[in-house]
Amino acid sequence: MEWTDVGVRPTEGFAMSSLLAHHFDDLEQQYDAASLGMWTFLVTEVLFFGGLFTGYAVYRFAYPLGFAEGSLHLDVALGTVNTTVLLLSSLTMALAVHGAQTGHRRALVGLLTATILLGCVFLAIKLFEYHDKFEHHLVPGHAFMLDHPELKGVDPRHVELYYLFYFVMTSLHALHMVIGVVAVGILTVFSAQGRYSPQYHTPIEMIGLYWHFVDIVWVFLFPLLYLIDVQT
Amino acid sequence: MNEARIPDRHYLNADFSVWSWFFTTDHKRIAILYLISITLFFFVGGAAAVLFRLELMTPPGDLVISETYNKLFTMHGVIMVWFFLIPSIPAVMGNFLLPMMVGARDVAFPRLNLLSWYVFMVGGVFTITVMVTGGVDTGWTFYTPYSSTYANTHVMTTAVGIFIVGFSSILTGINFIVTTHTMRAPGLTWFRLPLFVWAQYATSLVMVLATPVLAITLALIAVERGLGVGIFDPALGGDPVLFQHLFWFYSHPAVYIMLLPAMGVVSELITSFSRKRIFGYSFIAFSSVAIAIFGFLVWGHHMFVSGQSMYAGMVFSFMSMLVAIPSAIKVFNWTATLYKGSISWDTPMMYALGFIGLFTLGGLTGVFLATLAVDVHVHDTYFVVAHFHYIMVGGAVMGYMGGLHFWWPKMTGRMYPEGWGRFAAIIIFVGFNLTFFPQFVLGYLGMPRRYHVYPEEFQVLNVMSSAGASILGVGYLIPLGYMIWSLRYGKVAGPNCWGAKGLEWQTPSPPPTHNFEQTPVVTEEAYDYSIPEASPG
Amino acid sequence: MEPQFRLFPEQASVEAQRVDVLYLFQLGVGVFFTALICLVIFYFAIKYRRGAKVDRSNPPKKNIPLEVVWTVIPLALTMVMFGWGARLFFDSQRPPLGADEIYVVGKQWMWKVQHPEGKSEINELHIPVGRPVKLKLISEDVIHSFYVPEFRVKTDVLPGRYSTIWLNPTKTGRFHLFCAEYCGTDHSKMIGHVYVMEPAEYSKWLAGTIDQPPHVAGELLFERFRCNTCHRDTPDARCPSLRGLFGRQVALADGSNVIADEKYLRESIVNPNSKIVQGYKPLMPTYQGQLNEQGILQIIAYIQSLEQTQEPPAPAATEDRQPPTETND
Repeated sequence: MEWTDVGVRPTEGFAMSSLLAHHFDDLEQQYDAASLGMWTFLVTEVLFFGGLFTGYAVYRFAYPLGFAEGSLHLDVALGTVNTTVLLLSSLTMALAVHGAQTGHRRALVGLLTATILLGCVFLAIKLFEYHDKFEHHLVPGHAFMLDHPELKGVDPRHVELYYLFYFVMTSLHALHMVIGVVAVGILTVFSAQGRYSPQYHTPIEMIGLYWHFVDIVWVFLFPLLYLIDVQT
Repeated sequence: MNEARIPDRHYLNADFSVWSWFFTTDHKRIAILYLISITLFFFVGGAAAVLFRLELMTPPGDLVISETYNKLFTMHGVIMVWFFLIPSIPAVMGNFLLPMMVGARDVAFPRLNLLSWYVFMVGGVFTITVMVTGGVDTGWTFYTPYSSTYANTHVMTTAVGIFIVGFSSILTGINFIVTTHTMRAPGLTWFRLPLFVWAQYATSLVMVLATPVLAITLALIAVERGLGVGIFDPALGGDPVLFQHLFWFYSHPAVYIMLLPAMGVVSELITSFSRKRIFGYSFIAFSSVAIAIFGFLVWGHHMFVSGQSMYAGMVFSFMSMLVAIPSAIKVFNWTATLYKGSISWDTPMMYALGFIGLFTLGGLTGVFLATLAVDVHVHDTYFVVAHFHYIMVGGAVMGYMGGLHFWWPKMTGRMYPEGWGRFAAIIIFVGFNLTFFPQFVLGYLGMPRRYHVYPEEFQVLNVMSSAGASILGVGYLIPLGYMIWSLRYGKVAGPNCWGAKGLEWQTPSPPPTHNFEQTPVVTEEAYDYSIPEASPG
Repeated sequence: MEPQFRLFPEQASVEAQRVDVLYLFQLGVGVFFTALICLVIFYFAIKYRRGAKVDRSNPPKKNIPLEVVWTVIPLALTMVMFGWGARLFFDSQRPPLGADEIYVVGKQWMWKVQHPEGKSEINELHIPVGRPVKLKLISEDVIHSFYVPEFRVKTDVLPGRYSTIWLNPTKTGRFHLFCAEYCGTDHSKMIGHVYVMEPAEYSKWLAGTIDQPPHVAGELLFERFRCNTCHRDTPDARCPSLRGLFGRQVALADGSNVIADEKYLRESIVNPNSKIVQGYKPLMPTYQGQLNEQGILQIIAYIQSLEQTQEPPAPAATEDRQPPTETND
């Protein structure tokens, strides 16, 4: 991840020189580079998910009934809880960045820990949902119930396509969450060791950006997957 | 020149341990690692081409069977596109030069840079192992539903390899964008940047924006093959043309990933060997950006006959015409730069001039292909093959070779043998044209591409092409030989053997680990040859 | 025919002549600019070679009028090429009404052709000279591409979707038929020939037929698969009547309308539940896997023919046989 590249080094004090990687002239330049790098990385992420959203859009337009049918088998309540959990985690992350900026080390560690916990809650709920889909043979592939008794009047192939997008998109999102949780975990340890200060806390800001991005992706995924309005 | 000597301490002799190479974060050493890797891949991809050109000497399939032939051209395409052309100029010359050209001590994220080489090698070794031991026969384009359902070769593993390699491009792109934005030396404004940097910047934008789409598309193919779900197979409810849209949304801009850096190299070569400021600096700079942007809006011109709507075809045809204009602007400006210059015919310049001629031909035939009615006839024929080889080899590889010769003394501290250099340049130029020009004729005659067996009336032109390929092959082996030779026996180059402008020439050859003794301050525009440089002797 | 070495392909269709004129125009422009660039480069590179005693004073740095000129001229030329090419393409995409319609099915690795009169052939296509012929193409498996270089026409042949193309031959003879889209191991052997014949000869060739016309074969399939147990003309039928259906507007259960063209009919056979006709229940099973593409085309031809037997002869009938009238586009 990017944050390893912004000059995190085991140091005792906070001498400027030790925070500054050899190839930068000053901390400001180093911060600008890290920040632009993270934003550019997020742009690639947007396109990464963008390809999937395009595919989703094409097939939802082609097979509206199949997608609506597939969506019916998701648990909107769990999805809503998860959305709330993630939005809360964004809040704790934002507060953690603020804590780092103002130098409140204990608040920082506490908020980062809260973020991790919320992230884990999200993943646990997601795992539970996946398990439920396995139980009901709604996972695309050979075990997919093409003659599912509940799929009435809809081509099961189209429902399977819906579930394919459901699984690819949510698992890719979950993978990002896992990476995020690990990264925040490392930040928590480093914060507890007192590596960050109001002068230098770039990694926290960068991971914060990443965390918010992953949340925003979910904010798009939730309505697209869970809240397909069935008019017919 | 006789006082020129190799400095005592430089990036190559800073540390000799294997560790110091494999865990280096020095952008110059990473460039060398890339140089060695892609040279290896280039000759593997070239060997595949030699084999199928041999097969095509005769109309029937008598040297290899169809399965093997199909695997050979797939291997050639996959290796040359993803493991040679895309990393070639950006990862070797971009890595080596971009930080020096902007007056920085390294790229913005040196460890990320090293990671990108590892990612590249993992993807490369993985893919090539799969292709050599098992093989894949879908063509480098992986068209569905053939690749997703029908092919029974190693599609999934190859897709995974290319998926991995994509991240190497993305990481390099991010690094270059950030380096150009944040690491420029004092006084080095955007419009004082060398045009190579502009070109690299535009390339990086394309890498960052296009590669993720390819990655996700290949991932979907792997999922489709793994689960048997019809994302792209119409028998299962999918849409095969959606694949083409996603694929070309990456792969057309990818052409510019290969070509734009070569244009940047040529801009450097033309001014350096004309000892003259480039003509129309801002036009060349902005045309790079224009190409990068327009390049994203023309992907549908690969699909005029694949059943997309007629009106979509017209829009894409129109956009493709527009993308030709910035290329034309570049060619005219390079030509005008020669006027009242002081032109020397050194090897790099011969490649640069060859580039302009071949690129002009390649670009103009691109206009044929952008024309709807003509494309209907020549689409998927050898005309297309010839066209993109004029762009990819006549353009990108010529630029790469020119740049390699130009900066070789900077990289190694020693000169390549000039006579051999010119000789090889001529051999490559002749061999290239003999290989690919007949393919234009073949294409208009109607010979489809990827044909293992072909009707007899096409034989004469195919034999010419194969003969040219053998000359071209020799042409590429000669530089390999003398470049290695020059590492030990080449003349010592000195810091600025060409009398060229640019920050990279103001530091010793080879440069010290941190590039400059002290951060340079830039006070003049790029290529200001009105202030005479110290004569190289 | 003897294979012979040539540098320019034969022109055997109206399209070929038109495309070649455009191509030659582009070739002229291309040669002119390539030659211009190369000559200027050589002239400068020799005149201003290092060491030559020439006037190098006041070298220009930029010249805006010049930049405008060499932007506008290529732009104008490419716009001419765009318009010209788009015009020809537009024409080539619209088949004339009343052309004979031949079915072509591509599969790994052969072309199967069926004429409306019944004759079917493999890797060969016989057509009369001087009369436009419309092809309706579909693939059984992967993407293929139907390509006749001497006619300068090509279209991708996709699985699950009909493509159309029309040929307008001007010359008798034997011409190449290629698959131009890579389709697997024997892609290069998925080739054949197009025979363009004098109309009289063509009629004689057709007369030698023993195969059933597609709509007759379609009727047999219709009975064999027991489609007629549900799709009947009686008011109590469980499924809609197909008589006079082709080309008509159909009201669907979800309130929308659809034109009953070949795309809709094919979808209703392989994927019956995707569009349900108003007032009917989704009862029909899928026939995907039971009927091949040729069979589907034959059943569609049968449904198309149902229209004519019921109604008085269509007004725009072509001369020598009952044509499938084109009311759909």
